[in-house]
Amino acid sequence: MGKFQLITKGLVKENPTFVLLLGMCPTLATTTSAINGMSMGLATLFVLVLSNMAISATAPYIPDKVRIPAYIVIIAAFVTILQLVMQAFTPDIYETLGLFIPLIVVNCIVLGRAEAFANKNSVVDSACDGLGIGLGFTLALTILGLVREILGSGSAFGFKFISGDGILVFVLAPGAFMALAYLIVLFKKVTAKKGE
Amino acid sequence: MAVQSSFKNMTLCLFAVCIVSSALLAAVYAVTEEPIAEAEHAKTVRAIAVVVPEFDGEPVADTIEVAGKKYPYYIVSKDGEPAGYAITSSASGYGGPVKLMVGVTADRVIYNTTVLSQSETPGLGAKCTEPAFADQFKEWNPAEKTLKVKKDGGDVDAITASTITSRAYAVAVETAVAVYDAIVAENNKGE
Repeated sequence: MGKFQLITKGLVKENPTFVLLLGMCPTLATTTSAINGMSMGLATLFVLVLSNMAISATAPYIPDKVRIPAYIVIIAAFVTILQLVMQAFTPDIYETLGLFIPLIVVNCIVLGRAEAFANKNSVVDSACDGLGIGLGFTLALTILGLVREILGSGSAFGFKFISGDGILVFVLAPGAFMALAYLIVLFKKVTAKKGE
Repeated sequence: MAVQSSFKNMTLCLFAVCIVSSALLAAVYAVTEEPIAEAEHAKTVRAIAVVVPEFDGEPVADTIEVAGKKYPYYIVSKDGEPAGYAITSSASGYGGPVKLMVGVTADRVIYNTTVLSQSETPGLGAKCTEPAFADQFKEWNPAEKTLKVKKDGGDVDAITASTITSRAYAVAVETAVAVYDAIVAENNKGE
């Protein structure tokens, strides 16, 4: 598989949110606006690329029985680095995402890619895979955030285009499930037509 | 693909992974420590500037214990006279604590309030950060108006469908006034 395909596969064919349905917790919780969704996606992308590379480089030396604890330590280290950097340089975004940054450690996408891809492929391929999956996640979260923001608050990326409130339920948790469900339906319809 | 597991190499491997990770974290922590402190400080200073009248010099930080709870506050002064107190206080809202910075001027009138942190429901309780609700506390004189929502017989206009949040906000402001009284009482005792 070429490098380019490795990246695009994460965007459409193996999109973590719309196809694999992984990492639902941050997906539903942080997409109250397009900006929030995008920040969460980019934070995960950062961790994915770095942890994929580190795990792919160290995998041959890690005994099989302790590979999961070793991977978790590596992932946790990168997440904490991200947390410190965000706290220092983008405190506002850090505050909105809050608890969901440390929770990237247990995001099943990150550990899933480590187990399913990074520990048996080269560093460069793993980086591409992380980039692809990360971009797919970012794209999905941004779209979901955008839909919820437009319907729920009547704004897009923070720019308000109606006065007053939108359909409030879309900013709340039930709206997240509804919006996600309809987006998945739409995604399946579009990809089915294109694919087969 | 991976090496055969034995007790020795498993221990060594985990040890090495932990050492490298913690060394990396220590390095990043050392680099980001200062910017994080700066960002926090800048945030506090911004909040203070919002809630008290114009002042000169740096706000002086202090804490006071009222009813067994510690409250940090900041004194600001203008031309050597204390111009106001920025008091942090909090109360439980609907989704967690609502933390406020409340500015009280030297004549026991609330100058302004600002929300430091809250986790209320977006679109409902979270509206407590908006001027439509928060601005009613500007120039609020606790001696004339009661810090309770109208439903409870006070003078605070609650946010529609968010009485709990509005109540928490009022309680936090009221606590700040109590803290102010304690500060003044302590100052008088000292003289």
